[in-house]
Amino acid sequence: MTALLDRKLLFVTGKGGVGKSTVAASLGLLAAEEGKRTLVCEVDAKGNLADFYEAGPTSFAARELQPNLWAMSMNTEESLKEYLRLQLKIPLLAKIGPLARTFDFIANAAPGVKEILTIGKLAWEVKEHHYDLVVVDSVASGHIVGQLTAPQGINELVQVGMVRNQTQWMLDILTDPAKTGVVIVSAPEEMPVAETLELAERLDAETDVDLAAVVVNRVLPELFTEREEALFEVLRDPRRIDALTTAAGGDVTPIFEAAELAVTLRRTRAGHLAVLRGQLDPALPLLYVPYIFTRSHGARATRQVAEFLAEEL
Amino acid sequence: MATTRKPPAAPGDKARTLEQLLATKEIVISCGSGGVGKTTTAAAAAAMAATHLGGKVLVLTVDPAKRLANALGLERFGNTETRVPHEAFVAAGVEPRGELWAAMLDTKQSWDDLVARHAPDAKTREAILANSIYQNISGRFVQSHDYIAMERLYEIHSSGTYDLIVVDTPPTRSAIDFLEAPDRMGDFFSSKLLRWLTAPSKSRVMSLASKPFYTVADRILGSQFLEDIAEFFSLFQAMAPGFVERADAVTRTLADRRTTFLVVSTLEAAPLHEAEYFIAALDERNLHLGALVLNKVLPSYLRRTATAGVAKRLTSDAEALAATVSDAGDPADTARVLATIGESFLNYQVVAKREAEQRAGLARTPDVVAAVPYFDADIHDLGGLLQLGDQIWR
Repeated sequence: MTALLDRKLLFVTGKGGVGKSTVAASLGLLAAEEGKRTLVCEVDAKGNLADFYEAGPTSFAARELQPNLWAMSMNTEESLKEYLRLQLKIPLLAKIGPLARTFDFIANAAPGVKEILTIGKLAWEVKEHHYDLVVVDSVASGHIVGQLTAPQGINELVQVGMVRNQTQWMLDILTDPAKTGVVIVSAPEEMPVAETLELAERLDAETDVDLAAVVVNRVLPELFTEREEALFEVLRDPRRIDALTTAAGGDVTPIFEAAELAVTLRRTRAGHLAVLRGQLDPALPLLYVPYIFTRSHGARATRQVAEFLAEEL
Repeated sequence: MATTRKPPAAPGDKARTLEQLLATKEIVISCGSGGVGKTTTAAAAAAMAATHLGGKVLVLTVDPAKRLANALGLERFGNTETRVPHEAFVAAGVEPRGELWAAMLDTKQSWDDLVARHAPDAKTREAILANSIYQNISGRFVQSHDYIAMERLYEIHSSGTYDLIVVDTPPTRSAIDFLEAPDRMGDFFSSKLLRWLTAPSKSRVMSLASKPFYTVADRILGSQFLEDIAEFFSLFQAMAPGFVERADAVTRTLADRRTTFLVVSTLEAAPLHEAEYFIAALDERNLHLGALVLNKVLPSYLRRTATAGVAKRLTSDAEALAATVSDAGDPADTARVLATIGESFLNYQVVAKREAEQRAGLARTPDVVAAVPYFDADIHDLGGLLQLGDQIWR
């Protein structure tokens, strides 16, 4: 199997709230620092990719944030204009204005067009070798199959003509596991695990796109060994709590409560993690990123996650 | 479970609790970014309403993950509404005043139903259902969820079958997508473009104004695809007036004073950012923001500064402190446990304080704000849902 960062196009997806964007930003950072010319593209219109690098807003035109690391935000209208200009070499520049408006209108009303414009732009960057790696902070897991199958859908609808030619090369890139892969970001919680397993199955059944890796984010540290945990229970005796409170000069009860919360959270999550591990293809790389107790979600967290990913890779 | 109730808010009065809010509304739309517990919150609110307010309450989920079914004790539920068995309430130790129903949105089926309703005759209906473009739009593409969810809500509401409908919104790319979906659909079906595409092909080709478009479109798409599109649109045009009218009605329902929005979030930066964005969008559209539900909130004792001092002492003086409880076990082990729990407290405090700051930084909040603590276990039955519901109800 091609190593993760040696592929050309990575779609990073996952259930909302699991840290999909953090992982996408971190993978991009990691690749760039390994010397790969890397583009990170945000597809969701939220516009907060920049927050993960703290490097100012991004737009459709890619901007170099640091050596080898480029960032952009998808904009389907810009993508269409670029497509018409580059792909079709339409010598009707004067007429592109109203044409683009018409298409944008269709794109909003008739679904599928936006998906193909998004995928098209990303695949184009790969086809033209503009970058060594394109990392896509993609749509959430509920939508990724729809997006990845858009070229296939269009391909089935349009039998001849330029669009047909256009979707074929996109499909060639998307379905080549040496070039393209999906990275599912998950978390050791019930719904993210269920959704990861469901998506892994759907990717296999409904698309020809390769699942490259699953990143399990926010894995809580194991607080105690079994022996320590038994001791923890012994220490919770009210008499000992009192003794510790006196000796420490302040109530230790909340600290014990917090430890119990941490143990419970960890234990619940370990169960979900076991389910995930047990049901995924054993050959699939599973990368763990620990929960990071930081003040912010900015560049610092992105770097820390990148370091953990580097170790896992 | 206690069934004593505060008097419901008088019309015009501002609701102070979720109970008061739901007592005066007919439609509650639960929204927020993915992974914040939107679906669970919607189900919990509906279960509480069925238990305490009575009447027929429906929870409509549009999430493709089908996760609600288990918690509601239903094997599977589809486009048809299914009643949550009374036994599920009994098992949770509750005697509900009303009925709880559940349904899940089947996008493809809903589209087909919509076509069946609006098609002027059987022939048109069959032709549309068989059209390849229609099949792709209704079955495959993401945005068609947005519209159909709101359409189905309208359909159920206007049937008058339920006293209260709680809707879980689809995980849209942007939370406002589904608010705009009915308008977008209406615009589309009343557009000039549609009229032009569906004009008899002779006049279409002859029309000078449209010629450049046709030439380019033909080059890009190929003429067969254009034919398919033309067929699709001319078939759909027969239904256009019905569709436009319908989309308008759906939009009106969202703005109706009997409808309210429940914004769900956690205190993490990204979901909260999305929630704020959504609250602003509701405000802009004059839609009713009823409540903000904050899920997975860490307990407040984690934020105490004095305790942080104690935790630091546990970490730095672990050995000396271990000596004071020397009967517990091996002193080295005890010291390690004390240092570990001190460290762990400090770690969680960083997160708890960050979350408190996020919460304090919220620009606009509704009258009802409910915070739900971290639950030890996952919710997998009606009892769990009601337990969660208790946290947000009063």
